[in-house]
Amino acid sequence: MSKNPEFVKFDKVDKSYDGKVLVVKDLQLDIAEGEFITMLGPSGSGKTTCLMMLAGFETPTHGEILLDGNIISNIPPHKRGIGMVFQNYALFPHMTVYENLAFPLRVRKVEKDEIDKKVDKALSMVSLNGFETRMPAQLSGGQQQRVAVARALVFDPAVVLMDEPLGALDKNLRESMQYEIKHIHESIGVTVVYVTHDQSEALTMSNRIAVFNDGKVQQLSNPAELYEKPVNSFVAEFIGENNTFNGEVVDIDKDKCKVKLANSEILANPISVKSKGEKTTVSLRPERALINPTDKMDNMFTGKIEEVIYHGDHTRVRLNLLGSSEFILKVPNSTSNLELKVSQDINIGWNSTDARALDPK
Amino acid sequence: MSSETKQILTTDGIPLEVSLKKAEKKNKIKAFLLVAPLLLFLVITYIFPIGDMFMRSVDDRMVTNMLPKTFKAMENWQNLDELPPEEVYRGFYEDYKLLAENQQHGKLGQRLNKEKNGFNTITKKLFRQIKRKKIDESASLKEQINKIHKRWRDVEYWQAIKRTAPPYTASKYLKGMDMYFAADGSIAQVDEDRRIHRILWLRTLEIAFFVTLFCFFMGYPIAHLLATLPMKYSNLLMICVLLPFWTSLLVRTASWMILLQQQGIVNDFFVMIGLVADDNRPEMMYNKVGTYVAMTQILLPFMVLPLYSVMKTISPSLMRAGKSLGGTPFVAFWKVYFPLTIPGIGAGCLLVFILAIGYYITPALVGGASGTLISNQIAFHMKTTLDWSFASAMGLMLLTGVLVIYWIYNKLVGVDNIKLG
Repeated sequence: MSKNPEFVKFDKVDKSYDGKVLVVKDLQLDIAEGEFITMLGPSGSGKTTCLMMLAGFETPTHGEILLDGNIISNIPPHKRGIGMVFQNYALFPHMTVYENLAFPLRVRKVEKDEIDKKVDKALSMVSLNGFETRMPAQLSGGQQQRVAVARALVFDPAVVLMDEPLGALDKNLRESMQYEIKHIHESIGVTVVYVTHDQSEALTMSNRIAVFNDGKVQQLSNPAELYEKPVNSFVAEFIGENNTFNGEVVDIDKDKCKVKLANSEILANPISVKSKGEKTTVSLRPERALINPTDKMDNMFTGKIEEVIYHGDHTRVRLNLLGSSEFILKVPNSTSNLELKVSQDINIGWNSTDARALDPK
Repeated sequence: MSSETKQILTTDGIPLEVSLKKAEKKNKIKAFLLVAPLLLFLVITYIFPIGDMFMRSVDDRMVTNMLPKTFKAMENWQNLDELPPEEVYRGFYEDYKLLAENQQHGKLGQRLNKEKNGFNTITKKLFRQIKRKKIDESASLKEQINKIHKRWRDVEYWQAIKRTAPPYTASKYLKGMDMYFAADGSIAQVDEDRRIHRILWLRTLEIAFFVTLFCFFMGYPIAHLLATLPMKYSNLLMICVLLPFWTSLLVRTASWMILLQQQGIVNDFFVMIGLVADDNRPEMMYNKVGTYVAMTQILLPFMVLPLYSVMKTISPSLMRAGKSLGGTPFVAFWKVYFPLTIPGIGAGCLLVFILAIGYYITPALVGGASGTLISNQIAFHMKTTLDWSFASAMGLMLLTGVLVIYWIYNKLVGVDNIKLG
């Protein structure tokens, strides 16, 4: 069975609430069948609006949304057959777990035996068998979350939308739920559109991530590419940690450029700069800069340690380097035999391929 | 198991429970002192008057105190179907003579007349005989009194006196239900054309029920709108809902009188748009219509506010969840939203119903004859007939009715489910 690469399609979608400001601008996004796609972005970036438009609770101001080739902009939510997991679970508080799960089946006039079977299957999927008669208030947050997931899946929807479903859970539970949702997705192959502002959640769960900012998709790619190769400084800043240098391109060739900072020059990988004289922000992941590198690296500088913060599995070192005192280094604890002391001078090096010269901030 | 029953001690050897009580004691005293003024206020203004009302409604000691010798003698009156023995006559004569000397005999006559019609005449006749000293105390008083009027020879009148003997009576309550103690002491119904109270009770229930219903159907959408509109509009709407609260009840009722009367604004409007003919203006006041309209408007906020407070807590994502799971908007409303508003519906209906059942001023002003309620009857007995014990009895019956409704409600919905805001 060939998968439809345009199973869900946002075609030039605009959305405005007040007729003055566009919260979603000219959105063009294709979601493949069976894909786990995450809309990631800060609050107010338009990602939840996109989800609500797909669910049918908001109408696009302009453009069309297509589901499996059909325009759905005029179909009311209850006829779209899209499952949804809400931020605060939205379990019906006056119904038992069984009744909550049976609700989408009952409104579809499914036979009683069939309902029992499907509810049972959905509950075992989230390992909550035996909780049928509980009320939602008698469940823990994690259990409520799993009921909400089961309820969104029990009627075999083609697409499941999840709106920051793990936002209310504590860290450990959130991580285990991330894997659980990922495994459920893998085992039943449903298309999932997931909204979050938590980048680590997005990175661990998704096939592809759409980074939203200011109503626009800034970058759409798989997690590794997103982290390793951000295409602009917003994405670089938003995903993971990031050291930045603001400067001006003074020399450029195919895969290398020289950037002039306040009182020094560094070599960088030209991503969005094209010519000399352009302003740029150079982005460098903290783990790509090494202390006393043994290999030959084309950026070598000396900095002064300002602060050392112990983080268990790694140590963070804040340096004064190249005129900025915000340069962060991540030192894995396997190399903690290094003596790191405040106000000590150390040598730092990184490859120019890892220093990405992006659009200026 | 033994570890559970073993007493846990604090480090200095005092049992934990004792120590806890000691620690909590101060807080408990503080808490009690904080509520004490309110408690006192409630006892003085609520418990005590209700107790007094109850005493008043069953008190029948007047005759008991007026005719002590009569009732003492009546203890030996064996065959109640025959006239009482001589000693009863003598006791009654002596009691009555004493009353006549103290100018109290008129009261007795009136009181006995309520028990059995015709007493006033024959006691007055007896009084005149005593005044003229026509009664020979050494001869048989039974014969002499029997000669004064034929009614004295009627055993029913003596039975009526005997019925007034107990110091307490439920007769006022029976009267409130259009019943009375018949001559033989059994409970009987008053004649059909005189059963006014039962009609009033039924009408009160009916009006309270329909006013509650109207308030519910009008209040539910308003409350929903209030709970879902953006803040700046909902605040304005809230003021519109609350405005009647801030206006005097009398003013509001009077405005309804202006609006609803036959030459009033509503009728003028109906004539203007050609709904009714000018010479055939409908009566919308001084009947049930007026009572319904005015009471519904006045009690509406009591329905809207509890509903609003409940609806405010219902997350809009629940309705969305209902729809996204495949429920039509109606199904989502009926299966998800509506059940969650039941605590508010319960509170609002209970509040409106209880207020409506005891409503007084509005039906008195716009109700006319067919729109008055039991509370107007109570007021009538308080102010016009001055039969306070009857008014008290009906007041207590109303209170009991309210408590019964509350009890039924508690059984059906559960009082802890009520949400007033």
